Amino acid sequence: MPTFEKMINKNDLVTYCLRIADTSLILGQRLGEWCGHGPILEEDIALTNISLDCIGQARGFYTYAAALEGTGKTEDDLAYLRDEREFQNLLIAEQPNGDFGQTIMRQFLVSAFQYYFFEELKNSKDKTIAALAEKSQKEVSYHLRHSSAWVIRLGDGTDESKKRMEKAIDELWMYTGDMFDMDETDATLIKESIAVDTKKIKQLWENKIREVFAEASLTVPENIFMMSGSREGKHTENLGFILAEMQSLHRAHPGAEW
Amino acid sequence: MSIKNLTEEELEKRFHDRIEKGEIIEPKDWMPERYRKQLIRMMSQHAHSEVVGMLPEGNWITRAPSLRRKAVLLAKVQDEGGHGLYIYCGTETLGISREEMLDGFLTGKAKYSSIFNYPTLNWADMGAIGWLVDGAAIVNQTVLAKCSYGPYSRAMVRICKEENFHHKQGYEILATMMKGTDAQKQMAQDAINRFWWPSLMMFGPSDKDSPNSGDLLKWKVKLFSNDELRQRFIDRTVPQAENIGIKLPDPLLKWNEAKGHYDHGDINWEEFYNVINGRGPCNKQRMKQRRDAHINGEWVRDAVVAHEEKKKSEKVAA
Repeated sequence: MPTFEKMINKNDLVTYCLRIADTSLILGQRLGEWCGHGPILEEDIALTNISLDCIGQARGFYTYAAALEGTGKTEDDLAYLRDEREFQNLLIAEQPNGDFGQTIMRQFLVSAFQYYFFEELKNSKDKTIAALAEKSQKEVSYHLRHSSAWVIRLGDGTDESKKRMEKAIDELWMYTGDMFDMDETDATLIKESIAVDTKKIKQLWENKIREVFAEASLTVPENIFMMSGSREGKHTENLGFILAEMQSLHRAHPGAEW
Repeated sequence: MSIKNLTEEELEKRFHDRIEKGEIIEPKDWMPERYRKQLIRMMSQHAHSEVVGMLPEGNWITRAPSLRRKAVLLAKVQDEGGHGLYIYCGTETLGISREEMLDGFLTGKAKYSSIFNYPTLNWADMGAIGWLVDGAAIVNQTVLAKCSYGPYSRAMVRICKEENFHHKQGYEILATMMKGTDAQKQMAQDAINRFWWPSLMMFGPSDKDSPNSGDLLKWKVKLFSNDELRQRFIDRTVPQAENIGIKLPDPLLKWNEAKGHYDHGDINWEEFYNVINGRGPCNKQRMKQRRDAHINGEWVRDAVVAHEEKKKSEKVAA
């Protein structure tokens, strides 16, 4: 019989895995919308490639969450049968693709976060989480390299591309604070050396953003109002539509095998 | 004897002798202008088809009914894009740039496979495309892998390997659905009802109406006629359909013991020519999507050039 304390940990652990999986899934879903519409064929392929990595990450963390729950749920139950308020993905992941610049900016801001996040999470005392983090970190290193190069190209390209990148920063910056928020679940798991203390990685993230923005001749915004809420399942209005589309077929045929 | 001293006629004879001997023609070899032009037409059309082919399947990525299916579909569509890229590069060996090919495509001068002008209306269409459309493509491409032009034949060898995976995953989608609920079975059957005839049309017009076939057969770019390949596809597909209990929508489809082939009903060539000439269900939409992608990407491509030039001048200044 697990002790009461361990039970609490288990629920926290499930929540923690769901948060990571939700972020990857929703980001992957957004990137998947680009398929066939990229500015050049190479980028069409790159964006679907990143999307595929994201879906893979989500599957890994959902599968582990389902196993921890131990009620016979599958990765698909967790992805397709939870509602808007149950999803706890980072708010930035659900923001619209906008133009290619905005998609790249979103990717850069998230990938830079995930890079340091997974780097830390590799040291998790939970061996499964550590292994999933290690695999994810390898993929994210590529996403970060790819999106950094594009932020630089577009920031330092033409007047128009610079304006578009500035607009993208303006659209997205207010959702970056949410990435570093922590709650009781984080606190409990940090004590157990399972979760990442995002305070530790915030400076690294900021340094990376400054370094790339400097090369791209882009300015890091100061004193911007920050939205938060992902950890309570309080989303922007975007998520409902993403889920409506993503879950429609699965929910129309309860119990069907695909 | 140096090639330089040969007349055009002698060169052409020498070229035909090489083809007859089964030799492979490489980019730097002498080739008749018509051979080069026909290959550019065929290969660029093939590349465009791969790229347009991303759209009907991309249409279902966000709605795939399970995470596994979503991942497989993403990987598949990515493969198609990769095939497009690979064949564009192969075509460039014939002395045409990707920009020129793209221009031909976006202005509507160059064609792409008509099959992609049909809409994908339910999830089983992902199965139908993998099983029938990629299945038909494999029959075509396995033969093209032995064609006389080196870069094309090598591209086909590589692409066929991936297409075989696509074919299997499509068939597996349908096999799973045919074992599922009544609604799933109906979806699967509906998809096949819509995609069967257009898949047969993928092999091109009947031999008697195929204007480009003569030269292509002579040059061993094509090794079998359209009708021969179509028959090969039908013969291998019918038993697969029976195996999962799906009906092919042709009441005249019947094994002919004497011929050793399946007989089949008449293809609606009027529909074929309508779709080729822009009067298909999704022609307008597909072209618009590709043109919009190109137009919306212009600022990105401009920025790449501007950035590269800045980098170059920085290097010069340093």
